[in-house]
Amino acid sequence: MTDDLETFRAETRAWLEANCPAEMRKPMRGEKDATWGGRNPTYAHPDQKLWMDRMGARGWTVPDWPKEYGGGGLSPAETKILREELKRINARNPLNSFGISMLGPALLKYGTEEQKLEHLPKIARGEIRWCQGYSEPNAGSDLAGLATSADDAGDHYIVNGQKVWTSYADQADWIFCLVRTDKTSKQGGISFVLFDMASEGVSTKPILLISGYSPFCETFFDNVKVPKANRVHDENKGWDVAKYLLGHEREMISGMGLGAAGGDPLIEAARKGVDPILRAQIALFDVRSRAFSAMSERFIDELKAGRAHPAQPSMMKYYGTELNKTRHELMMAAGGSDALEWESDASSHGAAPRAWLRTKANSIEGGTSEIQLNIIAKRILDLPS
Amino acid sequence: MPLYLTDEQAMLRDTARDFVAEHAPVSHMRALRDANDATGFSRDLWKQFAEMGLTGILIPEADNGLGLGHVEAGVVLEEIGRNLSPSPFLSTAVAAVEALKGTAHAARWFPGILAGETVAALAIDEHAKHDGRVEMRAERSGNGFKLNGAKRFVAHGHVANLLIVAARTGEGTTLFAVPNGAKGFSAAPERLADASLAAHLRFDGVEVDADAVIGDVDAGDAPLSRLLAAGRTGASAELLGVGGGAADMTVNYLKERKQFGVLIGSFQALQHRAAHLYSEMEVARAAVLKAAQLLDSGQDAGEAVSVAKAMTGLATTLAVQEGVQMHGGIGMTDEYDIGFYMKRARVLAEMFGDSNFHANALAEAAGY
Repeated sequence: MTDDLETFRAETRAWLEANCPAEMRKPMRGEKDATWGGRNPTYAHPDQKLWMDRMGARGWTVPDWPKEYGGGGLSPAETKILREELKRINARNPLNSFGISMLGPALLKYGTEEQKLEHLPKIARGEIRWCQGYSEPNAGSDLAGLATSADDAGDHYIVNGQKVWTSYADQADWIFCLVRTDKTSKQGGISFVLFDMASEGVSTKPILLISGYSPFCETFFDNVKVPKANRVHDENKGWDVAKYLLGHEREMISGMGLGAAGGDPLIEAARKGVDPILRAQIALFDVRSRAFSAMSERFIDELKAGRAHPAQPSMMKYYGTELNKTRHELMMAAGGSDALEWESDASSHGAAPRAWLRTKANSIEGGTSEIQLNIIAKRILDLPS
Repeated sequence: MPLYLTDEQAMLRDTARDFVAEHAPVSHMRALRDANDATGFSRDLWKQFAEMGLTGILIPEADNGLGLGHVEAGVVLEEIGRNLSPSPFLSTAVAAVEALKGTAHAARWFPGILAGETVAALAIDEHAKHDGRVEMRAERSGNGFKLNGAKRFVAHGHVANLLIVAARTGEGTTLFAVPNGAKGFSAAPERLADASLAAHLRFDGVEVDADAVIGDVDAGDAPLSRLLAAGRTGASAELLGVGGGAADMTVNYLKERKQFGVLIGSFQALQHRAAHLYSEMEVARAAVLKAAQLLDSGQDAGEAVSVAKAMTGLATTLAVQEGVQMHGGIGMTDEYDIGFYMKRARVLAEMFGDSNFHANALAEAAGY
């Protein structure tokens, strides 16, 4: 470790000590504690906004993005140190954002300079909340089968169709959306466009899930005008952007298999006493969970060095989400009847069963586990069609 | 330190891969087995390891070794595992060297190890399960000690020049470096399921000098835990090689075997299982590298080592089971190599504690 990095670590530690509010060093109690920002933000605690604003002003919500786009301009080694220091104090994520984890990397790669300057800084500061318009009622796992049309109308497109499973569409400000600009070519007829959810002709309808929440929506487009300047990459080349972005989405979702910072609740539950069979199941799960933690570190290091296989995010997504489902199944078993209470204050309004139910979607959203296995088999193992 | 091999480590891996594949492929192990070889490995091959400097991989440069770390040792062991090469590398160049490093024993034993003449064996287990219980006794006698007791599952124990022996002394455990040939010592080699040899050792009043003590009397836990951490990490790397070798063979088989007029690798049922196996092996690989890097950095690596040993046990067991299954009937034949992988994996998975042992250790450390 060089002196420069040691200095950076010391300064980072001091800044975080001074600026991360105590409330933001406590584990989240439920989905409502997450910070999403946006035009109409909601905060369960005022420190959420404080923490997001302080980190955003420093560019540390997106530490490795260039400074001119609102990032921190940190090197991979500095970014790693920042992550380690955040973990050290059990700091909460200052900003949850599909803009950061999905759209941002795609814009950095495929966006025009104008698009980058317009959108990236607002993403970094949590000013605009994004949602993703990918899945359709007849295009889920077969994503490229999408039908939402974008008809050429001179300097703009007219978009018609329906999306589904649009996470938080009812609370999002803008959408990044896959649309069909050519009906004669399946993957080669898709374009990637950005538009304001306040545009005329956009409507959303929440979908109530088994967890009792409605994070997902059906989203309808009725003659929505989208300027062509909002298209990312060339017309009919949207599938390249979509695939690149999916890699980042899978990378993000794969983190779910990791234990929570500041004490693994499953281990906490096991300490209270469980039967020997469950104890053994938890211990063997813990082996996989810790090994996957090493895998995540390796994957990030390889990504940063450009060494990761391009299809490796599929493996991370597959393993992480299956692991997360197992974790919550074991937590329910360890919790016993305490983990069944749905509405009580003592149960944080059913945080445990709702989280357990929520994880069941992990291996469906962002490409099902079966799709990920297909990708590994074809693109990494090179198995025949 | 990034969690992948540096360019230098990757070069070492390539060198080791070529060397082991050329000089000790699976057919080498098969030939030793078919000849019912009484040594259990090739002394010529051990010499060649020495000529390449590999036997001194963990020996400090000041002692004329390569002065490398557990990551590098693991790189070599993975290739040994991939080729099922019978070798005293793990017990001698990794575990024993780690126990002796920095002690008065280095000057005596390292030259022989560097020359490829000395083989070390680890007399640490006394039961069918590796559990850390030491019942063998070492009592003070004259200027030294008298050893009484038995050890089992000692790889190379019947041919080793040097035995690293854990024995109970007055106040605790003491680790001894015992030269072969002592009166009262006997070794009964047994052929194991994988055709390797492991010995039952008996010590009936074996006399050793006081200077046989590694470190201090009653303070054997320190060198023993160094030996175990190195041995467990090394065994994990070797298991990774066994599992990786089996997985590679299997995926290649899926690409060439036809049934129903098509390559069986086109069947989604098999593709998904192969992809799942790939995932488990990748996760295991990360766990092994993490443990080795932590050991090399001098940080507390105990839990990471347990994770590595347990995870490679789980992943490699899956690799060999899927390997035999996907090969179908031919996988059950002695003529085909995949079965050897299954047998070697079982032996290595048991050595230094199996997945259950290490999962349990993690649970105890976490307080549940």
